[in-house]
Amino acid sequence: MTEQANTQDLLSIEDLSIVYEVDGETTYAVNGLNITLKRGETLGLIGETGAGKTTTALGIMGLVPNPPGRVVSGKVVFDGEDLLQMPKEKMRGVRGNRISMIFQDPMTSLNPVMTVGEQIAEVILIHEGVSKKASFQKAGEMLEMVGIPAVRAGDFPHQFSGGMKQRVVIAIALACNPDLLIADEPTTALDVTIQAQVLDLMKDLKSRYNTAMILITHDLGVVAQVCDKVAIMYAGEVVESGDIRDVYENTKHPYTRGLFGSIPDLDHSVGRLNPIKGMMPDPTDPPSGCKFHPRCPDATATCAASEPAPVLTETGHVARCLMLQSMVEPTDVNRVQG
Amino acid sequence: MHRFILKRLLLLIPVLLGVSLLVFAIMSFTPGDPAQLILGENAPPEAVAELREEMGLNDPFLLRYARFVGNAATGDLGQSYTSGRDVFDEIFSRFPNTLILAALGVVIAVIIGIPIGIISATRQYSMIDSGSMFFALLGVSMPNFWLGLMMILLFSVNLGWVPSGGYSSWSSLIMPAITLGTGSAAIITRMTRSSMLEVIRQDYIRTARAKGVAENVVINRHALKNALIPVITVIGLQFGMLLGGAVLTETVFSWPGVGRMMVDAIRQKDAPTVLGTVVFLATTFSLVNLLVDLLYGFVDPRIKSQYA
Amino acid sequence: MSQEMTLDPAQGQLDKSPAKGAPKKRSQWLEVWHRLKRDKMAMLGLLIITLVVLAAIFADVIADYETVVIAQNLSDRLQGPSAQYWLGTDEFGRDIFARIIHGTRVSLMVGVLSVAIAIVMGGGLGAVAGYYGGKIDNVIMRVMDIFLAVPSILLAIAIVSALGANLMNLMLAIAISSVPTYARVVRASVLTIRDQEFIEAARAIGASDLRIIFRHIIPNCLSPVIVQGALGVAGAILSTAGLSFIGLGIQPPEPEWGAMLAGGRQYLRHAWHVTTFPGLTIMITILALNLLGDGLRDALDPRLKH
Repeated sequence: MTEQANTQDLLSIEDLSIVYEVDGETTYAVNGLNITLKRGETLGLIGETGAGKTTTALGIMGLVPNPPGRVVSGKVVFDGEDLLQMPKEKMRGVRGNRISMIFQDPMTSLNPVMTVGEQIAEVILIHEGVSKKASFQKAGEMLEMVGIPAVRAGDFPHQFSGGMKQRVVIAIALACNPDLLIADEPTTALDVTIQAQVLDLMKDLKSRYNTAMILITHDLGVVAQVCDKVAIMYAGEVVESGDIRDVYENTKHPYTRGLFGSIPDLDHSVGRLNPIKGMMPDPTDPPSGCKFHPRCPDATATCAASEPAPVLTETGHVARCLMLQSMVEPTDVNRVQG
Repeated sequence: MHRFILKRLLLLIPVLLGVSLLVFAIMSFTPGDPAQLILGENAPPEAVAELREEMGLNDPFLLRYARFVGNAATGDLGQSYTSGRDVFDEIFSRFPNTLILAALGVVIAVIIGIPIGIISATRQYSMIDSGSMFFALLGVSMPNFWLGLMMILLFSVNLGWVPSGGYSSWSSLIMPAITLGTGSAAIITRMTRSSMLEVIRQDYIRTARAKGVAENVVINRHALKNALIPVITVIGLQFGMLLGGAVLTETVFSWPGVGRMMVDAIRQKDAPTVLGTVVFLATTFSLVNLLVDLLYGFVDPRIKSQYA
Repeated sequence: MSQEMTLDPAQGQLDKSPAKGAPKKRSQWLEVWHRLKRDKMAMLGLLIITLVVLAAIFADVIADYETVVIAQNLSDRLQGPSAQYWLGTDEFGRDIFARIIHGTRVSLMVGVLSVAIAIVMGGGLGAVAGYYGGKIDNVIMRVMDIFLAVPSILLAIAIVSALGANLMNLMLAIAISSVPTYARVVRASVLTIRDQEFIEAARAIGASDLRIIFRHIIPNCLSPVIVQGALGVAGAILSTAGLSFIGLGIQPPEPEWGAMLAGGRQYLRHAWHVTTFPGLTIMITILALNLLGDGLRDALDPRLKH
C-alpha cells in the first residue's frame, strides 16, 4: 500500500514539503507528507499544535501564505489533477467550490463588515453562475440547513454567538456542495455543549452529500466519533496512518502509543496519566534520523542515524518506525538515561 | 440613531464651554490695556478708565467670561480693537476661504494617500512600497510653510505658472491646497498601509480566499472596507488639523482666510479677534470630529448597532 | 497531559520573544538595541541626530556667536553659496551655515525640554487617571479632551501670543499643547498593566500605591512613551519653526531655523538660498527623528512590525 496513486482516490498527497522562511531562518513545517482519501471518506488528521496540520490543509487549498511560506516539493492530486501545478485562475474555481475549508476560530473567520447572507451568497455567486437574487435565496436555504432562521441573513457576524458563527462558516463551506471539506479544529474554540452540536451537524451534512472530509484535531475522542481513517502527524510527517479501528487497536508507533497514553480513560483505572516526555523539536532545526527519537521511550542509537520509511503493518495500516523495519532492538535507552 | 446624534451634540456643549474657558483664560493673560489700545497712546487717563469701566474690564474674571459666552451664543464675538468691525461677521466672511482650502487639501490627501497606501500594503517590501514609504516619511517631515515657499520659488518665481499669493482666481488655490494636503497625504498613506497590512492578515481574509474570491476582490471588497475604518478617523483629524494648520499656509500664500486673520490680530494685539478666531476654529474642529464619529457608524456595523 | 507548545501553526513561527515582565531588564534593553541596530534606516536617523547634537555642542568652535552669527555685515548681504560662505549669506550679510549650526541649539533645547515637560505633566496625569480610575480619571480625561479639542498648533499660538514670545513661553506652549497626547498614551498602558497579576502580587505583599506606580507601572509603560517622545521631539521642532515663522517664537537676531526662513521670505526672488537651506535642515532633522522613532517602535514591540 505504498503510494501508488489509486484511480479511485479523490485526494492523494505525495511527498508534500512546505517550509516557512523568516529572517533567513527556515522552519520545516511539512516534510514529505503522504495522505490518500477516497470519496465520502473521513480522515482524522491528528497531532500536537505545531505538527504541521494546518499548514498541510493550507497546502491543499493553495493558500500557504507566500512569503514567508513556500511549497518545496510534492504533489496534491485531486480528482486526477495536481493542484500545485494548476493555474491560479483555475485553482480559484476549485477553492470554495470543490474543496472548501472550515477554519479554527469562528470569531475571526467572518468579515465583520459584511452580512452573513452576503458572505454565503458570495461563494455561490462566484462558483454557480446564478443571479444575485438566486444566490441570496440559496444563502437563506443554507442558513436554514445549518439551523439558523433565514431571516437572519441580513445580520452582521457580531450579532451571532460563537457556535452560530461556526454554523455560518459551515454553511459557506458547504454552499457549493464540495467533494472535499477540510475542517481545521472546527470545534476547539467552542463551548463543550456546542462542540457536540456542531460536530453532529457536520457529520449529518457530510453523509447527506457524500462529502469527503479531512478533520484536523488534537482531540482523539472526536476522531473516534467521526472518522473512518486516521493519520497521526509529528513534526511535519505522518508517523502512523490507516483504518481507524486498526490504528487504535494495533498501535505500532511509540508516538501514537504516547498520545493514547496521555488520555484519561473512564473504562480503565489508571494510576496516573503518561504524558509524552519532552517537547516537540524545534522546527527550524529538526533532529537527525527519526524525528521522534529524542522523546521516544524505545529509541536507540540507530534512530538518531537513519530515517524510518513507511512500513505496512501485518494488520494493514502504515507506520513509520525503524523498529518495524527490524533494524532496531527495542530497548529502553531513553528511559535508562532519563 | 437620532438619539445618538442628539446625545453627541449635547456632549459637545461642555467641551466647547471648556475650550472657550481655556482660551479666554489664556487670552486674559495678554499684557497691555485694551482701552489704552483703542484710544491710543496719548489718551487722557480718565478717558481710558472710563472706557475700561464701560467695557466691563474691571469686572471679575468669571463675570467677563459669562458675558463672553452669553454674547457668543447669540453670534456676537465682540468688535475688533483695531478695525472696530464685528469679529463674528469678519470670521464668517473669511471662513469659506479657509474651508475650501482645507477641504481641497483633504481631497488631495485622500486621493493620493489611500491608493498608494493600498498598493504599498499589497506589495509589501517591494520597490514601490519602499519608495512610497520613503516619500511618505519625507512628507511627514517637511515643514509645510517651507514646502509652500519652495513651490512659490519654483512655480511662481521661476516658471511663472501660478500666482504666488492672494485669492484672484481658481489657480490661486492650487499651491496652497497642495501645500496643505502634502503632510496629510503622507499621514494617510502610512495609516492606510499599516491598517491594510493588519487586515490582510486576518482570518476572514483567508476565509475569502478559501471561498475562491479573486485576489483583487479580496483586497477591494473584503479588506478595504475594514482597513478604512481607522483611516476615516485619521482623515477627520487631518481635516480638523488642516483648518488649524491653515494658519501657516495662509500666511505663506497671503490667503484671505481665518488663519491669517488670526495671525494679523496677534501682531496687532487685537484680543477679541484672536479669542474669536481660536474659539471658532476649535469649535469647527470639534464639529468635524463629531461628524467623523457619526460617519464611523455607517462604515462599521459593530458600532452602528450600539447606536440603537 | 499538556503537550501544548508555543508554536502557532497558522503562522509557522516560533514565539521567541522573552517573557514579559521578566527580571532581566538590562538584557531586554540590550535586545532592543540589537534589533534597532539591524534597522538601517533607524541607524541613519541616529547618525544624523548624532551629527546635529555634535553641531549643537561644538557650535562655538565652528563659528563665533557674537562676531559671526549675529553681527551684521551689510556689505556681504544676500550672497549666494561660495567657498567663503558655504550656504550663502542672509539679508544682513550673516553666514547662513554658521547660523544653521547655532540654530541647532535652540531647536534641540526646545524640542527636548518641551517634550520632557510634556512627559512629566502628561505622563503624571495619565498615570494617576489610569491607576485610580473612577472620578479622578473622569475629571482628568475630560479636561484633556478639552485640550484635544483645540488643534495643538492653535493652542500653542494662543498661549505664546498671550504670554509673550520668548524661549520659555515657547517651550511651555509646545509642552502644554502636547500634554494630552502623553496623558492618553500613559493612561492606556497603565490600564492594561494595572490589572495584571504582578501588580496584584505587589499589592498583596503590602506595597504602597507610590511604590507600585514607580517600581512596577512606570517601567512597564516606558516603551510607548519613548516612541511617542522621539516623534514628539520632531513635532516640537516643527512647531518651534512654525511659531517662529509667524513671529511668535524665537526673536531676531538669535538664529532659529523657522525665523531664518521667514526672514528670507521677501528675498525669495533674488536669494533662494536664504529660505532653502534652513528649511532643508529642518526637514532632514525631522526625517532623522521620524526614522529613529519608527525604528524604536519596531524594536520595542516587534509584534507590531510590518
